Amino acid sequence: MSFPSTPAQTVGPYFAIGLPWPDGPHAVAPGTVGAITIRGVVYDGAGEPIRDFLLETWQADPDGLFADLYGHGGPSKLAGFRGFARVGHEDGDGSFELLTVKPGPLVMPSGANAAPHIDVSLFARGLLHRCVTRFYFADEGSANAADPVLASVPAERRGTLLAKAAAGGYEIDIHVQGPGETVFFAL
Amino acid sequence: MTDSEPQPRQIYDPVSDTPSSYVREAEGIHPPLDFPEYKSTALRHPKQPLIYLPQNITELTGPALGSLAPVGELDNDLTRQHDGEPIGERTVVSGRVFDTEGKPLRNTLVEIWQANACGRYRHRWDRFEAPLDPNFTGAGRAVTDAEGRYRFVTVKPGPYPWGNHYNAWRPAHIHFSLLGRAFAQRLVTQMYFPGDPLFAYDPIFNSIPGEAARSRLISRFSIEDSQPDWALAYEFDIHLRGPGATPFEEAL
Repeated sequence: MSFPSTPAQTVGPYFAIGLPWPDGPHAVAPGTVGAITIRGVVYDGAGEPIRDFLLETWQADPDGLFADLYGHGGPSKLAGFRGFARVGHEDGDGSFELLTVKPGPLVMPSGANAAPHIDVSLFARGLLHRCVTRFYFADEGSANAADPVLASVPAERRGTLLAKAAAGGYEIDIHVQGPGETVFFAL
Repeated sequence: MTDSEPQPRQIYDPVSDTPSSYVREAEGIHPPLDFPEYKSTALRHPKQPLIYLPQNITELTGPALGSLAPVGELDNDLTRQHDGEPIGERTVVSGRVFDTEGKPLRNTLVEIWQANACGRYRHRWDRFEAPLDPNFTGAGRAVTDAEGRYRFVTVKPGPYPWGNHYNAWRPAHIHFSLLGRAFAQRLVTQMYFPGDPLFAYDPIFNSIPGEAARSRLISRFSIEDSQPDWALAYEFDIHLRGPGATPFEEAL
Protein backbone atom coordinates (compact mmCIF):
# COMPACT_ATOMS: atom_id res chain seq x y z
CA MET A 1 0.00 0.00 0.00
CA SER A 2 1.35 3.39 -0.78
CA PHE A 3 0.52 6.83 0.58
CA PRO A 4 1.01 10.27 -0.91
CA SER A 5 3.86 12.36 0.47
CA THR A 6 3.06 15.11 2.93
CA PRO A 7 3.42 18.40 1.02
CA ALA A 8 6.10 20.95 1.86
CA GLN A 9 5.48 24.47 3.08
CA THR A 10 7.80 27.43 3.48
CA VAL A 11 10.07 27.63 6.51
CA GLY A 12 8.76 31.19 6.89
CA PRO A 13 10.41 34.17 8.59
CA TYR A 14 10.45 32.84 12.15
CA PHE A 15 12.36 29.54 11.92
CA ALA A 16 15.11 30.94 14.12
CA ILE A 17 12.84 30.27 17.12
CA GLY A 18 13.34 26.58 16.64
CA LEU A 19 15.88 25.45 14.08
CA PRO A 20 19.37 26.92 14.40
CA TRP A 21 21.65 25.16 16.87
CA PRO A 22 24.57 26.91 18.57
CA ASP A 23 27.09 24.57 16.95
CA GLY A 24 24.97 23.89 13.90
CA PRO A 25 27.51 25.24 11.39
CA HIS A 26 30.08 22.65 12.50
CA ALA A 27 30.07 19.55 10.34
CA VAL A 28 33.31 18.65 12.10
CA ALA A 29 34.54 19.40 15.60
CA PRO A 30 36.53 22.64 15.84
CA GLY A 31 40.23 21.79 15.78
CA THR A 32 39.80 18.82 13.45
CA VAL A 33 42.93 18.31 11.38
CA GLY A 34 42.27 19.38 7.82
CA ALA A 35 39.20 21.42 8.72
CA ILE A 36 38.15 24.06 6.21
CA THR A 37 35.59 26.80 6.15
CA ILE A 38 33.17 27.19 3.29
CA ARG A 39 31.85 30.72 2.96
CA GLY A 40 29.44 32.37 0.63
CA VAL A 41 26.53 34.73 0.18
CA VAL A 42 22.99 33.84 -0.83
CA TYR A 43 21.45 36.28 -3.33
CA ASP A 44 17.92 36.80 -4.60
CA GLY A 45 16.77 37.57 -8.12
CA ALA A 46 17.43 41.28 -7.66
CA GLY A 47 21.03 40.55 -6.76
CA GLU A 48 20.39 41.48 -3.14
CA PRO A 49 21.67 39.31 -0.29
CA ILE A 50 18.91 37.23 1.29
CA ARG A 51 18.95 38.15 4.95
CA ASP A 52 16.85 35.25 6.20
CA PHE A 53 17.61 31.70 5.14
CA LEU A 54 18.40 28.28 6.50
CA LEU A 55 21.14 26.31 4.77
CA GLU A 56 21.93 22.66 5.53
CA THR A 57 24.73 20.50 4.20
CA TRP A 58 25.37 16.74 4.21
CA GLN A 59 28.53 14.99 3.10
CA ALA A 60 30.98 12.14 3.47
CA ASP A 61 34.24 12.36 5.37
CA PRO A 62 37.61 12.36 3.53
CA ASP A 63 37.47 8.55 3.33
CA GLY A 64 34.01 8.58 1.81
CA LEU A 65 32.27 7.48 5.02
CA PHE A 66 28.97 8.86 6.29
CA ALA A 67 28.03 9.65 9.88
CA ASP A 68 24.48 8.47 9.30
CA LEU A 69 22.41 6.24 11.55
CA TYR A 70 24.21 3.17 10.29
CA GLY A 71 27.70 4.49 9.78
CA HIS A 72 27.77 3.54 6.12
CA GLY A 73 31.17 2.25 5.24
CA GLY A 74 32.27 2.19 8.87
CA PRO A 75 33.03 4.75 11.55
CA SER A 76 34.86 7.90 10.55
CA LYS A 77 38.44 8.26 11.66
CA LEU A 78 37.66 11.88 12.47
CA ALA A 79 36.51 12.24 16.06
CA GLY A 80 33.35 14.31 16.20
CA PHE A 81 32.64 14.07 12.47
CA ARG A 82 28.97 14.85 11.81
CA GLY A 83 28.89 15.50 8.11
CA PHE A 84 25.83 17.68 8.70
CA ALA A 85 25.82 21.42 9.15
CA ARG A 86 22.93 23.81 9.67
CA VAL A 87 23.32 27.56 9.33
CA GLY A 88 20.30 29.76 9.98
CA HIS A 89 20.17 33.51 9.79
CA GLU A 90 17.08 35.54 10.61
CA ASP A 91 18.50 38.97 9.88
CA GLY A 92 21.96 38.54 8.45
CA ASP A 93 23.92 40.01 5.57
CA GLY A 94 23.25 37.04 3.31
CA SER A 95 26.45 35.27 4.20
CA PHE A 96 27.03 31.80 5.57
CA GLU A 97 30.06 30.02 6.94
CA LEU A 98 30.46 26.31 7.66
CA LEU A 99 33.26 24.39 9.29
CA THR A 100 33.89 21.05 7.61
CA VAL A 101 36.42 18.89 5.81
CA LYS A 102 36.65 18.22 2.11
CA PRO A 103 34.74 14.98 1.45
CA GLY A 104 36.39 12.09 -0.31
CA PRO A 105 35.41 10.76 -3.71
CA LEU A 106 32.55 8.25 -3.87
CA VAL A 107 31.74 5.38 -6.16
CA MET A 108 28.34 5.41 -7.86
CA PRO A 109 26.30 2.21 -8.34
CA SER A 110 27.43 2.07 -11.95
CA GLY A 111 31.05 2.00 -10.81
CA ALA A 112 31.68 5.55 -11.97
CA ASN A 113 33.52 7.83 -9.59
CA ALA A 114 31.66 10.77 -8.13
CA ALA A 115 33.79 13.84 -7.53
CA PRO A 116 33.94 15.15 -3.96
CA HIS A 117 30.70 16.99 -3.27
CA ILE A 118 28.49 18.31 -0.49
CA ASP A 119 24.70 18.15 -0.75
CA VAL A 120 22.94 21.40 0.13
CA SER A 121 19.35 22.26 1.08
CA LEU A 122 18.26 25.89 1.08
CA PHE A 123 15.12 27.02 2.89
CA ALA A 124 13.74 30.55 3.19
CA ARG A 125 10.67 32.68 3.45
CA GLY A 126 9.38 32.84 -0.10
CA LEU A 127 10.63 29.34 -0.87
CA LEU A 128 7.65 27.00 -0.70
CA HIS A 129 9.88 23.94 -0.88
CA ARG A 130 13.58 23.49 -0.35
CA CYS A 131 16.04 24.10 -3.15
CA VAL A 132 18.68 21.38 -3.50
CA THR A 133 22.13 22.07 -4.88
CA ARG A 134 25.66 20.75 -4.44
CA PHE A 135 29.03 22.21 -3.63
CA TYR A 136 31.86 20.77 -5.73
CA PHE A 137 35.46 21.95 -5.52
CA ALA A 138 37.07 23.88 -8.35
CA ASP A 139 40.50 22.43 -7.53
CA GLU A 140 39.32 18.86 -8.23
CA GLY A 141 39.71 19.30 -11.95
CA SER A 142 40.17 15.71 -13.09
CA ALA A 143 37.61 14.28 -10.67
CA ASN A 144 35.11 16.95 -11.70
CA ALA A 145 35.75 16.22 -15.36
CA ALA A 146 34.80 12.58 -14.80
CA ASP A 147 31.77 13.27 -12.60
CA PRO A 148 28.52 12.12 -14.24
CA VAL A 149 26.34 14.65 -12.44
CA LEU A 150 28.51 17.59 -13.44
CA ALA A 151 28.54 16.21 -16.95
CA SER A 152 24.74 16.39 -16.98
CA VAL A 153 24.83 20.12 -16.20
CA PRO A 154 25.13 22.48 -19.19
CA ALA A 155 28.78 23.49 -19.40
CA GLU A 156 28.04 27.20 -19.10
CA ARG A 157 26.25 26.66 -15.75
CA ARG A 158 28.68 24.16 -14.21
CA GLY A 159 30.73 26.89 -12.59
CA THR A 160 27.85 27.79 -10.27
CA LEU A 161 28.48 24.51 -8.44
CA LEU A 162 32.23 24.96 -7.96
CA ALA A 163 33.59 26.29 -4.68
CA LYS A 164 36.83 28.17 -5.23
CA ALA A 165 39.84 27.99 -2.94
CA ALA A 166 40.06 30.95 -0.56
CA ALA A 167 41.79 31.76 2.68
CA GLY A 168 41.07 28.97 5.15
CA GLY A 169 38.94 26.98 2.76
CA TYR A 170 36.57 27.70 -0.08
CA GLU A 171 34.05 30.26 -1.25
CA ILE A 172 30.85 29.74 -3.17
CA ASP A 173 27.85 32.03 -3.57
CA ILE A 174 24.31 30.92 -4.21
CA HIS A 175 22.15 32.87 -6.65
CA VAL A 176 18.59 31.70 -6.22
CA GLN A 177 17.52 33.53 -9.37
CA GLY A 178 18.87 35.81 -12.05
CA PRO A 179 22.24 36.14 -13.78
CA GLY A 180 24.52 33.30 -12.74
CA GLU A 181 21.57 31.43 -11.25
CA THR A 182 22.85 28.45 -9.27
CA VAL A 183 22.07 25.01 -10.62
CA PHE A 184 19.37 23.38 -8.51
CA PHE A 185 18.50 19.72 -8.70
CA ALA A 186 15.33 17.66 -8.77
CA LEU A 187 15.98 14.91 -6.31
CA MET B 1 -6.58 5.84 14.52
CA THR B 2 -8.50 5.64 11.29
CA ASP B 3 -9.15 2.55 9.23
CA SER B 4 -6.79 3.75 6.57
CA GLU B 5 -3.88 4.13 8.93
CA PRO B 6 -1.36 1.41 8.28
CA GLN B 7 -0.35 -0.93 11.01
CA PRO B 8 3.29 -0.79 12.03
CA ARG B 9 5.48 -3.20 10.18
CA GLN B 10 8.98 -4.15 11.05
CA ILE B 11 11.30 -1.30 11.81
CA TYR B 12 14.17 -0.40 9.58
CA ASP B 13 17.13 -2.70 9.34
CA PRO B 14 20.48 -0.94 9.13
CA VAL B 15 21.64 -2.47 5.90
CA SER B 16 18.77 -4.03 4.00
CA ASP B 17 16.48 -1.06 4.50
CA THR B 18 18.75 1.55 3.05
CA PRO B 19 17.00 1.75 -0.29
CA SER B 20 18.73 1.97 -3.61
CA SER B 21 16.66 5.02 -4.42
CA TYR B 22 13.78 7.09 -3.12
CA VAL B 23 10.68 7.42 -5.20
CA ARG B 24 10.59 10.45 -7.48
CA GLU B 25 7.73 12.66 -6.36
CA ALA B 26 5.22 13.50 -9.06
CA GLU B 27 4.42 17.06 -10.03
CA GLY B 28 1.65 18.44 -7.88
CA ILE B 29 2.61 16.93 -4.55
CA HIS B 30 4.57 19.91 -3.35
CA PRO B 31 3.87 23.59 -4.01
CA PRO B 32 5.47 25.19 -7.07
CA LEU B 33 8.43 27.41 -6.28
CA ASP B 34 6.92 30.20 -8.36
CA PHE B 35 3.58 31.16 -6.84
CA PRO B 36 2.75 34.84 -7.49
CA GLU B 37 -0.05 35.00 -4.92
CA TYR B 38 2.66 34.54 -2.27
CA LYS B 39 4.64 37.64 -3.07
CA SER B 40 7.91 36.68 -1.43
CA THR B 41 8.37 33.93 -4.01
CA ALA B 42 8.91 36.50 -6.78
CA LEU B 43 12.64 37.01 -6.33
CA ARG B 44 13.34 33.79 -4.49
CA HIS B 45 12.47 31.04 -6.94
CA PRO B 46 14.85 29.61 -9.53
CA LYS B 47 13.80 30.32 -13.09
CA GLN B 48 16.07 27.81 -14.76
CA PRO B 49 14.76 24.24 -14.95
CA LEU B 50 15.83 21.90 -12.18
CA ILE B 51 18.37 19.29 -13.23
CA TYR B 52 17.66 15.65 -12.54
CA LEU B 53 19.96 14.33 -9.85
CA PRO B 54 20.60 10.58 -9.80
CA GLN B 55 20.44 9.43 -6.21
CA ASN B 56 23.66 8.12 -4.80
CA ILE B 57 24.85 7.36 -1.29
CA THR B 58 24.94 11.06 -0.33
CA GLU B 59 21.21 11.36 -0.98
CA LEU B 60 20.35 7.94 0.48
CA THR B 61 21.91 8.67 3.85
CA GLY B 62 21.17 11.39 6.39
CA PRO B 63 22.42 12.70 9.69
CA ALA B 64 22.20 10.60 12.82
CA LEU B 65 20.97 12.33 15.93
CA GLY B 66 23.22 11.76 18.93
CA SER B 67 25.21 14.84 19.67
CA LEU B 68 23.65 16.73 16.79
CA ALA B 69 20.45 17.43 18.65
CA PRO B 70 20.26 15.93 22.09
CA VAL B 71 16.60 16.03 22.99
CA GLY B 72 15.95 17.10 26.56
CA GLU B 73 13.16 15.90 28.80
CA LEU B 74 11.08 19.06 28.38
CA ASP B 75 11.83 19.66 24.71
CA ASN B 76 8.50 18.17 23.64
CA ASP B 77 6.47 20.05 26.25
CA LEU B 78 6.22 23.70 25.25
CA THR B 79 4.09 24.45 28.30
CA ARG B 80 6.80 23.58 30.82
CA GLN B 81 9.82 25.45 29.51
CA HIS B 82 9.36 28.46 31.81
CA ASP B 83 8.50 29.16 35.44
CA GLY B 84 4.80 29.47 34.74
CA GLU B 85 2.31 28.01 32.29
CA PRO B 86 1.59 29.80 29.04
CA ILE B 87 -1.87 31.26 28.40
CA GLY B 88 -3.97 29.51 25.81
CA GLU B 89 -5.72 26.28 24.94
CA ARG B 90 -3.49 23.51 26.22
CA THR B 91 -3.16 21.16 23.26
CA VAL B 92 -1.62 17.77 22.63
CA VAL B 93 -0.27 17.30 19.09
CA SER B 94 0.83 13.81 18.27
CA GLY B 95 1.19 11.58 15.28
CA ARG B 96 3.37 9.18 13.44
CA VAL B 97 6.04 9.58 10.82
CA PHE B 98 5.88 7.05 7.99
CA ASP B 99 7.37 6.67 4.60
CA THR B 100 5.08 6.51 1.61
CA GLU B 101 5.00 2.72 1.84
CA GLY B 102 3.53 2.97 5.32
CA LYS B 103 6.65 1.93 7.15
CA PRO B 104 7.11 3.86 10.42
CA LEU B 105 10.26 5.93 10.71
CA ARG B 106 11.69 5.49 14.16
CA ASN B 107 14.40 7.55 15.81
CA THR B 108 13.93 10.52 13.51
CA LEU B 109 14.03 14.13 14.66
CA VAL B 110 10.84 16.21 14.62
CA GLU B 111 11.26 19.93 15.32
CA ILE B 112 8.42 22.42 15.68
CA TRP B 113 8.01 26.15 16.17
CA GLN B 114 4.92 28.29 16.43
CA ALA B 115 3.25 31.54 17.51
CA ASN B 116 1.71 31.88 20.95
CA ALA B 117 -2.01 31.71 21.67
CA CYS B 118 -2.41 35.32 20.51
CA GLY B 119 -0.67 34.71 17.21
CA ARG B 120 2.57 36.41 18.21
CA TYR B 121 5.97 34.87 17.62
CA ARG B 122 8.82 35.37 20.03
CA HIS B 123 10.89 36.87 17.25
CA ARG B 124 12.12 40.39 16.69
CA TRP B 125 10.67 40.53 13.22
CA ASP B 126 7.16 39.92 14.46
CA ARG B 127 5.52 43.32 14.96
CA PHE B 128 1.96 42.09 15.39
CA GLU B 129 0.43 44.14 18.19
CA ALA B 130 -0.52 41.16 20.29
CA PRO B 131 1.05 40.28 23.63
CA LEU B 132 4.10 38.12 24.05
CA ASP B 133 3.75 35.44 26.69
CA PRO B 134 6.67 35.34 29.14
CA ASN B 135 5.95 31.66 29.65
CA PHE B 136 6.04 30.63 26.03
CA THR B 137 8.96 30.35 23.64
CA GLY B 138 7.25 28.28 20.99
CA ALA B 139 9.94 25.76 20.02
CA GLY B 140 9.98 22.03 20.60
CA ARG B 141 11.60 18.85 19.42
CA ALA B 142 11.05 15.15 19.76
CA VAL B 143 12.47 11.92 18.44
CA THR B 144 10.07 9.31 17.10
CA ASP B 145 9.72 6.03 18.96
CA ALA B 146 9.81 2.50 17.57
CA GLU B 147 6.38 3.02 15.99
CA GLY B 148 7.35 6.33 14.45
CA ARG B 149 5.30 8.23 17.02
CA TYR B 150 5.99 11.73 18.31
CA ARG B 151 4.08 13.79 20.85
CA PHE B 152 4.09 17.44 21.83
CA VAL B 153 2.23 19.36 24.50
CA THR B 154 1.73 23.01 23.60
CA VAL B 155 -0.90 25.73 23.39
CA LYS B 156 -2.91 26.19 20.24
CA PRO B 157 -1.31 28.98 18.20
CA GLY B 158 -3.41 31.93 17.16
CA PRO B 159 -3.89 33.17 13.59
CA TYR B 160 -1.94 36.31 12.77
CA PRO B 161 -1.78 39.06 10.17
CA TRP B 162 1.00 39.38 7.63
CA GLY B 163 1.88 41.79 4.89
CA ASN B 164 1.30 39.75 1.76
CA HIS B 165 -1.87 41.61 0.77
CA TYR B 166 -4.61 43.73 2.31
CA ASN B 167 -6.15 42.06 5.39
CA ALA B 168 -3.94 39.00 5.02
CA TRP B 169 -4.08 36.49 7.89
CA ARG B 170 -2.32 33.19 8.27
CA PRO B 171 -4.47 30.31 9.46
CA ALA B 172 -3.30 28.95 12.81
CA HIS B 173 -0.42 26.59 12.18
CA ILE B 174 2.57 24.84 13.69
CA HIS B 175 5.78 24.62 11.66
CA PHE B 176 7.27 21.13 11.36
CA SER B 177 10.79 20.15 10.33
CA LEU B 178 11.70 16.51 9.67
CA LEU B 179 15.10 15.06 8.99
CA GLY B 180 13.83 11.62 8.01
CA ARG B 181 16.59 9.09 7.58
CA ALA B 182 18.01 10.32 4.33
CA PHE B 183 18.88 13.63 2.69
CA ALA B 184 16.24 12.68 0.11
CA GLN B 185 13.53 12.66 2.79
CA ARG B 186 14.15 16.08 4.33
CA LEU B 187 10.89 17.97 4.75
CA VAL B 188 9.79 21.31 6.19
CA THR B 189 6.05 21.87 6.35
CA GLN B 190 3.21 23.36 8.40
CA MET B 191 0.38 21.68 10.29
CA TYR B 192 -3.04 23.31 10.34
CA PHE B 193 -6.15 22.85 12.47
CA PRO B 194 -9.45 21.53 11.13
CA GLY B 195 -12.16 23.93 10.07
CA ASP B 196 -10.07 27.08 9.97
CA PRO B 197 -12.08 29.82 8.21
CA LEU B 198 -8.84 31.34 6.88
CA PHE B 199 -7.97 28.41 4.62
CA ALA B 200 -9.74 29.95 1.64
CA TYR B 201 -7.72 33.15 1.90
CA ASP B 202 -4.19 31.89 2.55
CA PRO B 203 -1.85 31.73 -0.45
CA ILE B 204 0.72 29.61 1.39
CA PHE B 205 -1.81 26.89 2.20
CA ASN B 206 -3.34 27.19 -1.27
CA SER B 207 0.02 26.97 -3.01
CA ILE B 208 -0.37 23.21 -2.64
CA PRO B 209 -2.15 22.01 -5.75
CA GLY B 210 -5.33 20.10 -5.06
CA GLU B 211 -7.67 19.83 -2.12
CA ALA B 212 -6.64 16.27 -1.31
CA ALA B 213 -3.00 17.28 -0.96
CA ARG B 214 -3.90 20.33 1.12
CA SER B 215 -6.01 18.19 3.41
CA ARG B 216 -2.91 16.20 4.33
CA LEU B 217 -1.63 19.21 6.23
CA ILE B 218 -4.79 19.54 8.34
CA SER B 219 -4.59 17.76 11.67
CA ARG B 220 -7.46 15.65 12.95
CA PHE B 221 -9.21 16.45 16.20
CA SER B 222 -9.07 13.41 18.45
CA ILE B 223 -11.50 13.02 21.32
CA GLU B 224 -9.80 9.71 22.10
CA ASP B 225 -6.47 11.41 22.78
CA SER B 226 -8.00 14.41 24.50
CA GLN B 227 -7.46 14.21 28.21
CA PRO B 228 -10.35 14.86 30.60
CA ASP B 229 -10.08 18.11 32.55
CA TRP B 230 -6.72 18.82 30.93
CA ALA B 231 -6.24 19.18 27.14
CA LEU B 232 -7.72 18.69 23.70
CA ALA B 233 -5.74 16.65 21.21
CA TYR B 234 -4.97 16.72 17.51
CA GLU B 235 -3.33 14.05 15.38
CA PHE B 236 -1.00 14.78 12.50
CA ASP B 237 0.61 11.94 10.57
CA ILE B 238 3.44 12.66 8.16
CA HIS B 239 4.54 10.63 5.15
CA LEU B 240 8.07 11.13 3.85
CA ARG B 241 8.80 9.62 0.50
CA GLY B 242 9.78 6.00 0.55
CA PRO B 243 11.99 3.68 -1.47
CA GLY B 244 11.72 3.78 -5.23
CA ALA B 245 10.04 0.80 -6.83
CA THR B 246 12.95 -0.36 -8.92
CA PRO B 247 16.40 -0.46 -7.41
CA PHE B 248 19.20 0.88 -9.59
CA GLU B 249 16.79 1.88 -12.30
CA GLU B 250 17.87 5.45 -11.90
CA ALA B 251 21.52 4.93 -11.28
CA LEU B 252 23.89 6.46 -13.75
